[in-house]
Amino acid sequence: MFTRLRAFGFVAGFLVVPAVLYLAFVINPYVQAFQIALTDWRGVSRAPGFVGLENFARLWDDQAFWQALRNHGVLLVTLPLVTIALALFFAYLLNLGGGGASGTMRGVRWSGFYRVVFFLPQVLAVAVVGVLFKAVYRPDESGVVNGALIKLGLEPVGWLTEPGLALWSIIAVMVWQAVGFYVVLFSAGMAAIPRDVFEAAALDGAGRVRMFLSITLPLLWDTVQVGWVYLGIAAFDGFALVQVLSVDRGGPDGATTVLPLEIWKTAFSYSKFGYASAMGVALFFMTITFAALTLRVTRRERIEF
Amino acid sequence: MTLTTEPPLTTSSAAAPPASGRPRPGLLTGLSHVALVVWALLVVLPLLWTLLASFKDNTEIFGDALQLPAELRWDNWARAWSKANVGTYLLNTVIVVAAGTFGTMLLGSMAAYVLARYRFPGNRLIYYLFVSGMAFPVFLALVPLFFVVDQVGLLNTHTGLVLVYIAYSLPFTIFFLASFFKTLPTSVAEAAMIDGASHVRTFFQVMLPMARPGLVSITIFNVLGQWNQYLLPLVLLSGAKDKWVITQGIADISTIAGYEADWPGLFAALSMSIIPVVVVYAVFQRQIQSGLTSGALK
Repeated sequence: MFTRLRAFGFVAGFLVVPAVLYLAFVINPYVQAFQIALTDWRGVSRAPGFVGLENFARLWDDQAFWQALRNHGVLLVTLPLVTIALALFFAYLLNLGGGGASGTMRGVRWSGFYRVVFFLPQVLAVAVVGVLFKAVYRPDESGVVNGALIKLGLEPVGWLTEPGLALWSIIAVMVWQAVGFYVVLFSAGMAAIPRDVFEAAALDGAGRVRMFLSITLPLLWDTVQVGWVYLGIAAFDGFALVQVLSVDRGGPDGATTVLPLEIWKTAFSYSKFGYASAMGVALFFMTITFAALTLRVTRRERIEF
Repeated sequence: MTLTTEPPLTTSSAAAPPASGRPRPGLLTGLSHVALVVWALLVVLPLLWTLLASFKDNTEIFGDALQLPAELRWDNWARAWSKANVGTYLLNTVIVVAAGTFGTMLLGSMAAYVLARYRFPGNRLIYYLFVSGMAFPVFLALVPLFFVVDQVGLLNTHTGLVLVYIAYSLPFTIFFLASFFKTLPTSVAEAAMIDGASHVRTFFQVMLPMARPGLVSITIFNVLGQWNQYLLPLVLLSGAKDKWVITQGIADISTIAGYEADWPGLFAALSMSIIPVVVVYAVFQRQIQSGLTSGALK
């Protein structure tokens, strides 16, 4: 009895500090957010008044909200697609691209070096990357991209100031930063596929493209699915990069804005705390729906090997 | 003699398929090398360009971007370090991340350990309460979090930021470490207990050392995550510029560089925030790669 009591004391002692911190700074704010979303709270000076679902009705007519949703839609389609395609391509080259004449599959030379370089952007802070690319994208010859274009005799491009182009320039930076992570992730998955599967396929006369589509991709499906969920969740964020990189924080004229940025601005620039929380609730339900849908739609038979 | 003639025979039969229409491996290998080199350059060149620009003066920066600096102007770096406060920002970041990661690892491993290896009523409930935190976007909590931290008087303090970092790092840390502690054998811990070691001692002296690989991975994950954090310091430290961390400092230098016309200082500040990370990455790249991706493979 005494030993059980001692074990119980130990368990309680180990759990109490993390649990208190977690309840105070994570659970409590999340619960409060749902309550504040139903009020017209505008800060400490005024008591919050209950307005029911009025904030959500206003969201429905909010141009900035819909613009942000459109941008999330574009991000949700292009970011995972481009990143995963590039990462699969590079991972395949690095792991199996140096295939020999008799069907043995191995990586290209210096594949370790490429992996290290490709992964590097992943360890840099998004805000720092944003500032860096703000300089890279400068509209005149002082920016790297336009400097090179002018050298080639072409007109400089307003990468971040053209409304139709700005979001794509930002997506390019997201892809730039993300690809390396997925190259390493997919490489680990490819390394786990037994070599003799490839050798058997090579003996049957399968080319490298065929091998990729019929062997690598199906056997890697679980990992690709994880990557898809990760990138999809990233597509609902984008705060740091858009806040730092875009002109006028989400501009030009809202062309690059994202929901997290609208939440931050609504709360801390306009002090509309109730409305900002309603946006947060909307964002939460979209993220959850996306994750649940992806896991359901892409579910497949797991292939054991 | 027959033995030596055999190898050429097999290679000639293996070389037959490429002749029947498929491109030769040599060409494909060459093209794949080109693709890899192009992407490697795309990664490295912007960073290299930033480093070079940190030695330029304003005229060079606003001139041709592809030009080298005329001389190594280290005063850009000195200005960024002291006048633009990059030194302070870096020091603040080191303090916050060190405290935040240490606290996360200590509290996270303690909670994960008892949740993984002790049976008591409410165990599953507490575990899922912690793990559910991974599903919520931070932006949902942003407004209330600001007021909670304000109410306990920790707004604009490092203590407040560190506690919030720990709280938000716990879900993933506990999720990861709990599954790790479950894989460890029970016999060693039981032997230690029979020898009279207390629960606490067993944890710190037997179980933690055994869990080292998992601890290393998740420590790297937390260090990078907290080092790169931008949103939380932006909201929780906005009123105290002397307490800022490097990410918000760099973003701020970027906006004021326009007014003060100190673009070389901005590039020097950028270089200073990038180089330490690149050096640490170069040394620990293997552990960092596996540390960051192991989370995704769980």
